[in-house]
Amino acid sequence: MQLILEKRAQASSIMNLWSPVLAIFLTIVMGGLIFAMMGKPPLTALYLYFIDPLTSWWSIEEVLVKAGPLVLIGVGLAVCFKANVWNIGAEGQLTIGALMGAMVPVLWGEWQSPLALLAMLCLGALGGALFGLIPAWLKTRFGVNEILTSLMLVYIAQLLLDWVVRGPWKDPQGYNFPKSVAFEGWHLLPMWGDGRMHLGLIIALIAALVLFWVMRHTLKGFEIKVVGSAPRAGAFAGFSHLKMVWFCFALSGALAGLAGLIEVAGPIGQLQPHISPNYGFTAIIVAFLGRLNPLGVIFAGLLLAISYIGGEGVQIELGISDKTTQVFQGMLLFFILMCDTLILYRLKWIGSQVNQGNQVSQAKKLSEGGAS
Amino acid sequence: MLNKSNNNALPVLLQVKDISKKFGDFYANDTVNLAIETGKVHALLGENGAGKSTLVKMMYGALQPTAGRIYWQGKPVSITSPAHARELGIGMVFQHFSLFEALTVAENISLALPKSLRQGDLSQRIASLSQDYGLPLNPDALVADLSVGERQRIEIVRCLLQQPKLLIMDEPTAVLTPQEAQGLFSTLRRLVKEGCAVLYISHRLEEVKQICHDATILRHGKLVAQVDPQLETAATLAQLMVGASVHQVSRDANGQMGDVLLSLYLLKQVSSTPFGVDLVNVSLEVKSGEILAIAGVAGNGQSELFSVISGEECNPSKDYIALLGQVSDGLNINQRRRLGAAFVAEERMGHGAVEHLSLTENILLSRHACNDTESSLNLGWLGIDRQQLMQLNETISAEYDVRKSTQDATAGSLSGGNLQKFVVGRELNRKPKVLVINQPTWGVDAGAAALIRQAVIDLSRQGSAILIISQDLDEIFELADSIAVMSRGQLSSTYAAEDLSREQIGLMMAGSHEQTDRATGA
Repeated sequence: MQLILEKRAQASSIMNLWSPVLAIFLTIVMGGLIFAMMGKPPLTALYLYFIDPLTSWWSIEEVLVKAGPLVLIGVGLAVCFKANVWNIGAEGQLTIGALMGAMVPVLWGEWQSPLALLAMLCLGALGGALFGLIPAWLKTRFGVNEILTSLMLVYIAQLLLDWVVRGPWKDPQGYNFPKSVAFEGWHLLPMWGDGRMHLGLIIALIAALVLFWVMRHTLKGFEIKVVGSAPRAGAFAGFSHLKMVWFCFALSGALAGLAGLIEVAGPIGQLQPHISPNYGFTAIIVAFLGRLNPLGVIFAGLLLAISYIGGEGVQIELGISDKTTQVFQGMLLFFILMCDTLILYRLKWIGSQVNQGNQVSQAKKLSEGGAS
Repeated sequence: MLNKSNNNALPVLLQVKDISKKFGDFYANDTVNLAIETGKVHALLGENGAGKSTLVKMMYGALQPTAGRIYWQGKPVSITSPAHARELGIGMVFQHFSLFEALTVAENISLALPKSLRQGDLSQRIASLSQDYGLPLNPDALVADLSVGERQRIEIVRCLLQQPKLLIMDEPTAVLTPQEAQGLFSTLRRLVKEGCAVLYISHRLEEVKQICHDATILRHGKLVAQVDPQLETAATLAQLMVGASVHQVSRDANGQMGDVLLSLYLLKQVSSTPFGVDLVNVSLEVKSGEILAIAGVAGNGQSELFSVISGEECNPSKDYIALLGQVSDGLNINQRRRLGAAFVAEERMGHGAVEHLSLTENILLSRHACNDTESSLNLGWLGIDRQQLMQLNETISAEYDVRKSTQDATAGSLSGGNLQKFVVGRELNRKPKVLVINQPTWGVDAGAAALIRQAVIDLSRQGSAILIISQDLDEIFELADSIAVMSRGQLSSTYAAEDLSREQIGLMMAGSHEQTDRATGA
């Protein structure tokens, strides 16, 4: 007996929906195994990881706070990936967006008005978009692979932020800690709840709904689908592939930059060397888990947010390293890409006759055994 | 002609007994019988949707029969997969090729071969085998840069390298010149002489008469007749296929010609890809009411010419092209459409239509920017008007007889002929003033081809200028008022169709016009 992958005649729409569910299931089983191998009670650990974050209001709030940036970045990346444009550097665009937006409180700290907050949001989006356009330019001008350039630019952005908060933008009254001045008044997003929920969540939700509408009902969405799946047909329709690269990087960069600004003007409240627990990379998983569909991304964003909070939970309760969060996220991406294979292929057991051997004997065996 | 005296000595290589294939409630094949003998070319005839592909896919292991049996060299077999079929010794050249565009010819072939055949200098073997069988190929060329005709050669060579006992060919000559087709026929004759059997699917009845020893005819999934094509005429074969006599395309001798609507003047274009063809001093004029056909072997610059005229590649700095009297080099494809031009690309799948999109979305593909007709689409920013697209879809389907499984089926679910009718109908429905159509009936059955050709003629008689790029000389003589021939990126002068013979065209395809044309700068 031999297990083979056989191409389906048509892509399976059922598997398209079930693949993420299957991937989540496999991740949980595998995660349980890993906990068991570490000598921790697997069921307790899994409970702490996935269920416990949803049992108290404060942790639900935390989940939402973490889901905000994931959804905001994830919907931008979903559009990118749909158009076959591979922006892997959202983390860098997030960093530059935060830097640009922080110009207002750091350089013009006196300016206190709702317009200042608006200016910060716009600068954040602009910074992310401009930083995203660097790989777009390299791609369209020189044909450089955007996966590499966008990824490498992440480290440039992070080192830039590190230098800025240790050097020119360091808070003079900050006891030499590498931090900018704390933002105040209109330099912070309106908050509510226990003081952690903020305007950014609403922005993320609106972005997801708008992009859902665009993808579903407008010519732009149609263009994105066509250029991504059939480039020659895209040219026939008069859609420019190069412009699509610019558009996708500008859009996803702007949303990542906005997410970065929202982090520093929201939960963090100032610039510091580390402003994101890899939201920009985790959002790649969010986009795929959400089937590159903006509504799906909302749910995927929530799930990945749980994995952050759950990771902290097991660290506190069971003393397991918080690196398990990354392990879980990595496994999830791995399993979802694996399960996605089943959209185009099916698994099939075939008889051992077909292994090797010459044609005649094989035909004979088949004729004997193949009476079904 | 092969001698047919030793018929009874020929063993049956592959036999299909009472085979049926059911999709839902629909019988694609209903108790079909067929026997292919070693050393013979067996024709499989039938209209689109007659069940030919289904039958062949079962022989090639891509589908499993619902009932019935297949016998290979007298023994019952169940062919579980195409790989299994290849191991048995069945090779197949598909109508839609499965090649990686980013890889070279040799790499593509190497991928499909079993390990044992990959050893040694594959490029060398490809080159010599392809020369040997009259299918010239450069093993190092990128597939992306090759024409349909050349891609087909890759598929044929790929099969031949595995020395199949049975070679299945789906519409092989659809993209070849008469000379190339003759070349292929001698290849096939040589193969059967070497003991191979060939199952030959074609709509070209003259060809079937020329090279096939047996013919099986399917209609609506059922076996209609098994005949000796030598004893039939093309007309009787067509009648068996269609079940009635085929509609003859009619053309008035004198269309009313008017102003020049499309003209190229000394167009030069350096190919943007390393293996493409440069266009050199291409000039032509198409008048209102005229059908100009460009004949030529695949890969001589036709695809490059199409993308320059359509505006998929535009050149703002030049003034070679005029559409309806306006210099158009700098206009993109949609701006040219708005001037009143329409384009039908050579490859319907992946270029003219997107496989997984619905028909309505495929209408949107080429129509979203056309506001030259009363049926321009509503694309306000409140979204696409699906209702209107649906109506347009129904109109086009009814007018051009597009048969589909559901009202808004995906393009990929249509058969080749029906998709071509849809793709052509989508453009003709606009009543364009200029139509540029590349390979209008490539791989399409007789009924669909007649419908498409008639629609093209009718459009020209309403005063449109039509440029056809085709490799099918029958089609060209059926449609064209005037003919020019393309070879190695150069275009001959234009001749009235009645002044040219097939032989003259054949010579020009081989390049007889190139020098003189270059000298006179025609």
